[in-house]
Amino acid sequence: MDKATPHITQNEALIFERSQTGRKGYMLPALDVEETPLDELLPPELRRDDQLEGVPELSEVDVVRHFTRISTWNYNIDLGMYPLGSCTMKYNSRLNEKVARIPGFANLHPLAPEEDAQGALEVMYELQQHLSEITGLPAISLQPAAGAHGEMTGVMMIRAFLDARDGVGEDDKPRRNVMLIPDSAHGTNPASAHLSGFTVKTIRSTSEGLTDLEHLRELCASGDVAGLMLTNPNTVGIFERNIREICRHIHDAGGLVYMDGANMNALVGVARPGDMGVDVIHLNLHKTFSTPHGGGGPGSGPCCCTSELEPFLPVPRVARQGESFRFVYDRPQSIGRVKAFYGNFGMHLRALSYILTHGNEGLREATEAAVLNARFIAHGLADTFDKPFDSPPMHEVLFTDKRQSRKGVHTLDIAKRLIDYGFHPMTIYFPLIVQGAMLIEPTESVGRQELQQFVDAMKEITREALEDPDTVLNAPHTTRIGRLDEATAARKPILRWKPDEKAANA
Amino acid sequence: MRYIPNSTEERREMLRDLGLGSTGELFDSIPSDIILRAPLKTPAALSEIELLARFESLAAHNAAARRPSFLGAGAYSHYAPTIIDSLIQRSEFFTAYTPYQPEISQGTLQAIFEFQTLVCQLTGMDVANASMYDGSTAMAEAVLMAERVTRRRRVLVSDAVHPEYMHVTETYVAHAGIELLRAGFDEATGQMRLDENVALDKSVAAVVVQSPNFFGCVEDIKALAERVHAVGALLVVVITESMSFGLLRSPGSCGADIVVAEGQSFGVPLSFGGPYVGLFATRDQYARQLPGRLVGIAHDKEGRRGFVLTLATREQHIRREKATSNICTNEGLIALAATIYMTTMGKQGLQDVAMQCAQKAAYARRQIAALEGFSIPYSAPIFNEFVVHAPVAAADLLRRLASQRNITGGLALSRYFPDRPNDFLVCVTETNPRSEIDALVAGLKE
Repeated sequence: MDKATPHITQNEALIFERSQTGRKGYMLPALDVEETPLDELLPPELRRDDQLEGVPELSEVDVVRHFTRISTWNYNIDLGMYPLGSCTMKYNSRLNEKVARIPGFANLHPLAPEEDAQGALEVMYELQQHLSEITGLPAISLQPAAGAHGEMTGVMMIRAFLDARDGVGEDDKPRRNVMLIPDSAHGTNPASAHLSGFTVKTIRSTSEGLTDLEHLRELCASGDVAGLMLTNPNTVGIFERNIREICRHIHDAGGLVYMDGANMNALVGVARPGDMGVDVIHLNLHKTFSTPHGGGGPGSGPCCCTSELEPFLPVPRVARQGESFRFVYDRPQSIGRVKAFYGNFGMHLRALSYILTHGNEGLREATEAAVLNARFIAHGLADTFDKPFDSPPMHEVLFTDKRQSRKGVHTLDIAKRLIDYGFHPMTIYFPLIVQGAMLIEPTESVGRQELQQFVDAMKEITREALEDPDTVLNAPHTTRIGRLDEATAARKPILRWKPDEKAANA
Repeated sequence: MRYIPNSTEERREMLRDLGLGSTGELFDSIPSDIILRAPLKTPAALSEIELLARFESLAAHNAAARRPSFLGAGAYSHYAPTIIDSLIQRSEFFTAYTPYQPEISQGTLQAIFEFQTLVCQLTGMDVANASMYDGSTAMAEAVLMAERVTRRRRVLVSDAVHPEYMHVTETYVAHAGIELLRAGFDEATGQMRLDENVALDKSVAAVVVQSPNFFGCVEDIKALAERVHAVGALLVVVITESMSFGLLRSPGSCGADIVVAEGQSFGVPLSFGGPYVGLFATRDQYARQLPGRLVGIAHDKEGRRGFVLTLATREQHIRREKATSNICTNEGLIALAATIYMTTMGKQGLQDVAMQCAQKAAYARRQIAALEGFSIPYSAPIFNEFVVHAPVAAADLLRRLASQRNITGGLALSRYFPDRPNDFLVCVTETNPRSEIDALVAGLKE
């Protein structure tokens, strides 16, 4: 199938290839102070001598057209359903964008005197109060910039807590060094644990898709367990119904429980990690609280914990004193700073706007609608796809390509074919414990007609897989480029543009 | 709730079709003793009118956002051309996810590839990643990377690095078996000193220097690089004010091995400290030790050029605990804003803005130095920031300037250095007209 098109918006070059010597996209006011001679300003050996060779020269119109054209090559939430499991691609309201751009917030310098930044401190304080109510955990830091950053923070707090409680053993080595992580976990969990100095041990999952309690008990018996990192609902979309028992085992063994809050969209207003026995959790404001993903960030990963762990939270903390707010730095047991300044404040504003727009009832309603939508898909596709676990799903549902792969059509092919039907594919090949995994999370932001269209598309692709497999195997057919050769890209990486490559890549 | 498409009635029908009697049954797999029985004690819903009024009223309590400011120290007031915010507010950019499906994410991927290239051009390095959270975490990751590259465990950090960057790095390396050592700075010039008191030997993985440093002084990177390379260590250059790239010799051409920078200066609002964007660049031979995402060129079957996330075997979703970093989400949309800034200003504009910053700062420095009782403690060349020594406590002086003249005059260094009560840091950019500089000088004189 020939997809080549002469349409200029589909063939926009790199910005460097568009550059024309002498074009300008800016104007500055004239310099209004007496000019200092250049050599007096800076000696020549400290000054740039390459005139920024290679940086493009463009008019304002060129820049607008360039980025507008390439933007049309992106799928996005405003266009349609984005059912990436565990990514929670829900509606990003324009109202939240407006709030973040109010000049009194956008133009506020982080080192402004606290007395002249009271509104910003109040925003942070109020958001903390609400997140505390939502998680059932009393103490919060908004400093982490993303989920993995929040994980690192939480796990470092566990390290600091244990070192303070147990002291260190011989050779200055911590007494407890093992972090237990289920085999279904996100890759960031073991990576964050490693960065915090822990040895990772993997817990098996049962045939039901739950944490294997027997294996957990066995691992706890070794005496060196520092904690557990658990996602709940877990990454196969099932609630760990033994969560209280799991927490009890870890606590009895002297460890702490870290919960990955990636899947909080199934729980807000319905159940709280603090009530389950969890000691520390990170939230993803860019998932559950709808701050935009922006093509890969910025995120925000607040860390919420018990009062026992509070002394170890990053500094500074935000505190209320009568009618005013201030930052508190004097926290001797704190793990320290994880980021300059106070976190991604622009995301704090959007998340607070989300919480206040929904109200307490709306928050629960969103959770219910998200789980209902996932159930709708689970029901709609139950006869078409193999479902590795029987338990009813929460906010996301897991299928595999077991039936379709017998005909040579795999998860990747199904995902690519979905693009031709106008849907962004689901999360594929995650969790790693399930072969050919397809993890579907519709979120609450999809109406039932569109859910039905998605179900119909998945069924239609299955029919194609039987009758016309080539169409599926060569998908997508409707995009401006086809499947890309990623293996060659990794073997001979080209990670930047260079002038002499202009001709080769025309 | 207006963000939820299905009406209450539709949801009831859906439940019925699923054979469920009530919404509560959706949550049957959660043990009943942990199900919330009462509504959350968060506030009831606000209409759009009420919500905006509430946030406007909170914003009104941020008086500092409305007055002329000479604050820098890691966050800078620069002009952002209007098109940046309107372009990044396109649905296609801000409501897209990480580009895991390249066929329908080429806009994001191509923009990141352009970002990586621009970062290489400005820093003078070979390869740059798709961004880090900010400058401070980028510095911490650079220290971790230097250990991976050299397999050495001691890192020498200049005392003139931003104190908050240092604190972040201390947290990151606390469990990595890396020893951080400090190197002082010359009291007369304000520049980092690698003298006989500093153990620069073959056990050192890297030397970390900031330029312009926290006190605004431009460092002699080339001379440092020679010393550092002589013992086989890496030179890590940290930059908090990216606008300086338009005027200062690139760290790459001076011999830097890793360059990390805060990119907020490039069209990103101050926003009380975030979201910002970290730049991270290095030499070709260390590309596979980079943290974070990388975008590279790939082709489809018909030979058409496209872009993909690549070299993923470094990353956590493949390598898990053996990954080069735990980072997953980075700062995509902010990197896009910086990319649009760099292309809009372009080759000439980046140099022009940098020149204006330097000229205005030189003017302000001259005027303040001439004031009785005030002095400029450091002699090194500056870009757009400099330390002033006042005849009185700087914090009191700045408070008075704010209340009487409505000017934020700079940052009292006592915030980070309690033993320096009379010093403050002044930053001048292209957004400060001469009238503001003159008002600052007049205010200090009083």
